Amino acid sequence: MYDSDSDIGWTFYKDRPEWKDITPVPEDDGPNPVVVIAHSEKFEDVYDYFRAVLQKNEKSERVLQLTKDAVELNPANYTVWQYRRDILKALGTDLRSELDYVESVIKHSPKNYQVWHHRRVLVEWLQDPSQELELTGDALLQDPKNYHAWQHRQWAMKTFGLYGKEMEFVENLIKEDVRNNSAWNQRYFVVNNHFGWSDMNVQKEICYAMEKIKFVKNNESAWNYLRGVMLHDKRGISGNAVVTSFCEELYNNKCRSPYLLAFIIDICDDAIKKGESSSFHGADRAIELCHALATKYDKIRSKYWNYIGEKFKKLKKEQEDQQNNTETEEN
Amino acid sequence: MENQLRSYSDIVGESYDSEGVPTDTSSDQVDIETTILKIYKKFEKSASLDPELPLLFRKSHSSILKNWLNGLPKSYECLDASRTWLVYWILHSLWLLNDMPDAEILSHTVKFISKCQHEEGGYGGGPGQFPHLGTTYAAVNALSIIGTDEAYDSINRSSLQKFLWTVRAVDGSFALHKGGEHDIRGAYCAISIAKITNIYTDALFDKTAEWIVGCQTYEGGFAGCPGMEAHGGYAFCGLASLALLNRTTLCDVDALLRWCVNRQMRVEGGFQGRTNKLVDGCYSFWQGAAFPIISAILSKESKEMIETVFFNQGALQEYIITCCQANGGGLIDKPGKYRDIYHTCYTLSGLSVAQHGTGLEDAFIVGAPDNELNKVHPLHNVAPHLVYNAVHYFIRHPPPVKDKN
Ligand SMILES: [Zn+2]
Repeated sequence: MYDSDSDIGWTFYKDRPEWKDITPVPEDDGPNPVVVIAHSEKFEDVYDYFRAVLQKNEKSERVLQLTKDAVELNPANYTVWQYRRDILKALGTDLRSELDYVESVIKHSPKNYQVWHHRRVLVEWLQDPSQELELTGDALLQDPKNYHAWQHRQWAMKTFGLYGKEMEFVENLIKEDVRNNSAWNQRYFVVNNHFGWSDMNVQKEICYAMEKIKFVKNNESAWNYLRGVMLHDKRGISGNAVVTSFCEELYNNKCRSPYLLAFIIDICDDAIKKGESSSFHGADRAIELCHALATKYDKIRSKYWNYIGEKFKKLKKEQEDQQNNTETEEN
Repeated sequence: MENQLRSYSDIVGESYDSEGVPTDTSSDQVDIETTILKIYKKFEKSASLDPELPLLFRKSHSSILKNWLNGLPKSYECLDASRTWLVYWILHSLWLLNDMPDAEILSHTVKFISKCQHEEGGYGGGPGQFPHLGTTYAAVNALSIIGTDEAYDSINRSSLQKFLWTVRAVDGSFALHKGGEHDIRGAYCAISIAKITNIYTDALFDKTAEWIVGCQTYEGGFAGCPGMEAHGGYAFCGLASLALLNRTTLCDVDALLRWCVNRQMRVEGGFQGRTNKLVDGCYSFWQGAAFPIISAILSKESKEMIETVFFNQGALQEYIITCCQANGGGLIDKPGKYRDIYHTCYTLSGLSVAQHGTGLEDAFIVGAPDNELNKVHPLHNVAPHLVYNAVHYFIRHPPPVKDKN
């Protein structure tokens, strides 16, 4: 994975006098192995020595060096990383230089479970998260949707309370790419874990999402966020006049984004469940919208929309039956 | 509505609209749609001449898979710690293609997997490597696919159960290995392993369902851990885990269903892993397999749901067969990518789900009838009867040591 130029001047472990005391242990695949990977001579040499010291449980400076070579050849080898941590602990090695080291490996392999986990353990040991926002920020600059980087960032923020400037960070990412769903998720994370869902914050986030929807209407990330925020609105998804009129205005302006139509269906659903349905936000409207989605605006999901439409038809029938019952009782 | 294939003009009409606001997300999306529309256009021309199209190149997939089982080039060094995974992916793919290796090779495979079994219980990614939940899950699945007494008996189930206890955390979550990271994959692998090998106990999974539900996000899917973004692979792990634990009532199934159906791409026909990301063949399984599980959950309330498939099975098959087959065998993430064993396995698995739906209605096969693959069990991604055989073998042979609690 690293450039092969670094192999120039490489000395095999078997040729190193300081390793003469170790007998290399070749991989024990048995007599009839399967999925045999063709290894380079270097890979084989390094891992033959790694197996040998692992068997002997040697925890020394030279093995620490060896694990570096092993990890460089395969950063996904969790056994090597775990053993490296065991050695670090046993030797009481300076963890600051280890932080620098793992940072350089992360730069080369930013989408690998093991490297980020190693980083996390070091930060836990040191109880020092001071570089984590910058490190993950750099990784997210390269790839704003890197799941590992976001996960590490959230862990550091949650563990050490580093929420201070996160809204600004998220804001910039959304400005950069309003469709970046990871950034929207992070926004939710910050409000959920730090600011809290007070009435004021709920309204603020609703306004934010609506503003972004006005900007790009067919952006699922913003619609999902709006729905997510409204789960915290005590009045429910149908009880917020600002949102309902926002949706109807979009609809009247000919917007037929499936996310808008789906949202209006949710408003209808909520209104029916609360016994507040109207001709505008009731079963008939929902049925009509499901039909429009299934046959025109969201055809790939026609089976789903037919299913949802059927649910509303059942609801409508229940409503009518109930009405008939009360009428008979009154008579 | 009946299953129907889409016409090219239908598909073009679904093209992405950047609304005058191009961003990285939208330009990546427009690029891939351009590539895929070209493929679909070309395909429609050839399909008008031959109704047997699209054709799954079964023979070339089988033959490259058998080569892979034998040996792999240097470029696979990065998977040196995932060799039981490689075995599982290859055997399961061959099973799907109904072209399993002969008994001698399978017996060799059992012996190799045994070399990966650790004395402390569980399996490492290769001989001598530390035990890991992912590679243990792969080993157990591979042995279930092989399905011989030799395969079943090779598992040391009492040490396996001890291993599961060593990676369990007090909150019910699981670390992938001792000292390793905790996420929803750990929980899923542990549950799947424990269920198949009949070493499951309530104590081992105390609070696990509650921990998993904490991973369901405001979007409806599941994340790798609480707070993170909903993601196809993790959503499968979360849903399959809850189903295996019989605890699906804890999660919001309607929200999950909505999130899942929205992952199918309107032009490509395949699935994306997260909102506003690109299509990828491997999510054909991770997202696709969620549907039969959801149908089974909903059928508890209304029976007819068991035959309801909520995604567009034809469009997914079309994406896989016309866009995800590599020249010379193997399958890929998306056009322009190289083939690999992981994508071969999960894209084929997804194709099987797209053909068989919930498994109870008639199969719907796009292209040649010979494209039909064998069925999978959506919770384990192993053939249903092979799961059954393994589970019942292990019920007949109780583990030598009972649970410590
Ligand atoms: Zn993939």
